[in-house]
Amino acid sequence: MILVWLITILMAGGIGAWIAEKSNPELPRVIALATILLDLFLVVLMLLAPGSLGLDAISQADLGQEGSWLVLYSSDWIPRFGVSFIFGADGLGLLLITLTVFLGLISLGSAWHEIKDRAGFFYFNLLWTLAGVIGVFTALDLFLFFFFWEVMLIPMYFIIAIWGHENKEYAAMKFFIFTQVSGMLMLLAILMLVFFHYQDAGEITFSYFDLLGTSIPEPFAFWVMLGFFLAFATKLPTVPFHNWLPDAHSQAPTPGSVILAGILLKTGAYGLIRFTIPLFPEVSQAFAPTAMLLGVISILYTAKVAFAQNDLKRLIAYTSVSHMGFVMLGIYAWTAQSVQGAVMTMLAHGFSAAALFMLAGGLQHRIHTREMDKMGGLWAVAPKMGFMALFFTVAAVGMPALGNFIGEFLVLIGTFRISVAAAAAAAIGMVVAAVYSLIVIQKVFHGENNNKLEFADLTMVEMICFGLMMIGLFWMGMYPQSMLDMSEPTLRTLGVFFFD
Amino acid sequence: MLYTSLIIDLMQIIMLTLSSVVVMVTAAFKRDHAVVCGLTVFGLVASLMTFVLIKPVLPFEATQLLLIDEYSLFFSNLIIVGAIGVALLAYPYFETHTSQNEEFYILLLTATLGAVVLACSNHFVAFLLGVEMLGVSLYAMIAYTVHDNKSAKYPLEAGIKYLILSALASGITLFGIALVYAFLGTMGFDEIPAALEAAGEPGLILIVGVLMIVAGAAFKLSLVPFHIWTPDVYEGAPVPVTAYLATVSKAAMLAVTLRLLLASNALEFNAVTGALTVMAIASMFIGNLLAVMQENVKRLFAYSSIAHLGYLLVVVIAAASIDNALAVEATSFYMLAYFVMSLSGFAVISAISNSHKELDQLSDFRGLFWRNTWLSTVLITVLLSLAGIPLTAGFIGKFYIITTGVEGELWLLLTALIIGSAIGLYYYLRLIYTMLQPAETKGKDPAANQLPAGVHVVMAAMTLAIIYLGVYPAPMMTTLQSLASAF
Repeated sequence: MILVWLITILMAGGIGAWIAEKSNPELPRVIALATILLDLFLVVLMLLAPGSLGLDAISQADLGQEGSWLVLYSSDWIPRFGVSFIFGADGLGLLLITLTVFLGLISLGSAWHEIKDRAGFFYFNLLWTLAGVIGVFTALDLFLFFFFWEVMLIPMYFIIAIWGHENKEYAAMKFFIFTQVSGMLMLLAILMLVFFHYQDAGEITFSYFDLLGTSIPEPFAFWVMLGFFLAFATKLPTVPFHNWLPDAHSQAPTPGSVILAGILLKTGAYGLIRFTIPLFPEVSQAFAPTAMLLGVISILYTAKVAFAQNDLKRLIAYTSVSHMGFVMLGIYAWTAQSVQGAVMTMLAHGFSAAALFMLAGGLQHRIHTREMDKMGGLWAVAPKMGFMALFFTVAAVGMPALGNFIGEFLVLIGTFRISVAAAAAAAIGMVVAAVYSLIVIQKVFHGENNNKLEFADLTMVEMICFGLMMIGLFWMGMYPQSMLDMSEPTLRTLGVFFFD
Repeated sequence: MLYTSLIIDLMQIIMLTLSSVVVMVTAAFKRDHAVVCGLTVFGLVASLMTFVLIKPVLPFEATQLLLIDEYSLFFSNLIIVGAIGVALLAYPYFETHTSQNEEFYILLLTATLGAVVLACSNHFVAFLLGVEMLGVSLYAMIAYTVHDNKSAKYPLEAGIKYLILSALASGITLFGIALVYAFLGTMGFDEIPAALEAAGEPGLILIVGVLMIVAGAAFKLSLVPFHIWTPDVYEGAPVPVTAYLATVSKAAMLAVTLRLLLASNALEFNAVTGALTVMAIASMFIGNLLAVMQENVKRLFAYSSIAHLGYLLVVVIAAASIDNALAVEATSFYMLAYFVMSLSGFAVISAISNSHKELDQLSDFRGLFWRNTWLSTVLITVLLSLAGIPLTAGFIGKFYIITTGVEGELWLLLTALIIGSAIGLYYYLRLIYTMLQPAETKGKDPAANQLPAGVHVVMAAMTLAIIYLGVYPAPMMTTLQSLASAF
């Protein structure tokens, strides 16, 4: 039930923020903050003391699902088609929920001073996006999953289309169409899966647990798997479906970019881990080399493209695709280390990319440009900003002791056992990453301040946000075991290869 | 005894006839727009309410011509609800009309009577009677503002276009019916299978006849290639009439077409399913592609309706190979969803228009979200529902269509459906985006401020229906399952 509360609180808070705007324009952000803090409190309680909420094994028996599920809730929705509300979180789900709520707080921080226009509707969309994402991470009924998959899409569309930058119409439209079309393919695939299950077992059901192990006749199995894969690969994104991302990220307002890069991309990776591979193990295994190849191409190709960008936000957007290539590679190698690495990369990239987008957004808010050619020598103007930029860039590159290093390193180890060539090629990506990242620092913060730019350094709110993310990255880098322990039972249940 | 139940069963039709006579007489003695509109709504509500009486005595064959069962009752109710909505929208719209307004409501009632007859018909004679009664009333309704020099649109052009093409379609249908009768010697829908068996091998004449009937129906449903009239008539007609065309006329025609195809086993002919497949794919593509280019919202809705009827055909084609009950259930749900979406969409256009000034250009909607949040929220809900986004009725409808398509293994049609929906997203989003733009002028629209409560009721009821059907469709599914079980 607590998972339902997490979502309901966010949705109710969103409506509250929208209504409150009429009485006082300052009120929406306060309501949003209270809502997210309440959610964060519940999440922390779930992490630290699941017993106190009575979560341990209450409703697990209902579904015959024991073991790694911490929370399960189920009730009927559309009995005609065997659709029900099944919410559940295991270690992996909890990690991602924590990431979502935490980055929700960060994006709220980045919106605090930036969003003045129609704030009520903005916070409504922000909170509903978060609600949709939590729904995606917890829904265990495929219909419900698809439902939340779309719920997180529409508010994000509004965020880009209303508060975006100069080319927002194009970017918002592209974002929506890419996601929605791939979503339709997934819906078709879900329905085919349900239909084949119905032919097999004689019951219509959308429950994830029932659909696991459905045998699909040839040649449909491959196509059904592909429907899921395309939806998730577009969201992740991986080359060649990454096209929407640079536009959406660069045009979105800062809080939008933070959520997009930090959380929304992870839903694609989560879908691959939770649905695509476990639902279609054999076909996925046959498909793995292709997917790994796409991952490697993503890493190398977008790293090269990133290097060629002059728009700061576009550059960071392309680096995101490159890092997501590691996630794709790790997931399809499907070994214990590589999938653990993918999960760690998801979490760490959530922090580092969110921070970098916040910096880029903060710069744009202050100097009204994202062109790196027009910047230079900004360290002298804003030393705090320069330091933060350096820290998070280095983190993103994969500096040991920080989270991203653990993730990418584990991916490489795990992949090495499956394919030496893929691991070697991906490792080159880490080298290129250093090049494109450091060029940002050089162009923006070093050199001459030719345009005589002057602006205020980071505010208190921003410093708090960056500080929190720094702590998070250090934690992941120094004590990754705390997270690996949480995701391990999940991965064992999902059938990842453990070599023990 | 027999006659009492006959009267009870025909109660809706009788009430509608009675209302149109009463409204006509009232209009003859006292020309008062408000009174006539009120009487019309009252008559429609009264005939809607009689379904409570009819329900327990179903199914019933009222003469050879009409079959009243749960299916026909569902569509009749839908039609009458649509007519009530249109009457409520028509009142503020025609208030600015300088000529006489009262006859419009008589036409509305006779058209509705035709539509109900159509939904109940089980025989070619009733079918033709219904089509003509609906059609003839519509000619006049479309061209209704023609005497008003200041009228906003081109009602005469639209009326003539509809008249000529609709008459042609009726002629084709009639010829088709004649051919079928020549071959089988029967006109009752459910007598056709037996007659077919007796006749042996179906001859070319029969196939051609069936195809001609299908073509006539496709005209009313505006399926490609019989869609040419749709955008012009939608644009030229007064908004409430456009709403009527998009909802009532389509629902009635679809109800009878599905009944005819299923009762007569016509889907067993490859020629029929083949023709339907071609029409479905062409409608999805042409409807969606041409909608992209429209700057006029009524034309946009016209093309989008072509595409949606194309989606709906997927279910009809699937009925050839899957359980008929599921196909009927899916069609009824989708039609219901489409009905509700269209009515509420046109209600918004109607709310910002009047008979002298129709605000139906894309640019008129610029900034509507900030000028009038309520109206644009309704329209955004409609557009998201038309695009098939979850939480809305349109999504459950699309879910039904894909389900039946998967069960019928119609991969080609499903591919076309997904490509079509992808194109569809573009123009729905464009309209949404236009509404989200900053408003050019401050303040609200003058027209929207003084709307009577009726229009708000229509919009609120339809929006709630869209959300309710999208969030909690289970009760409606149970109802539809029970009405479909007869097939």
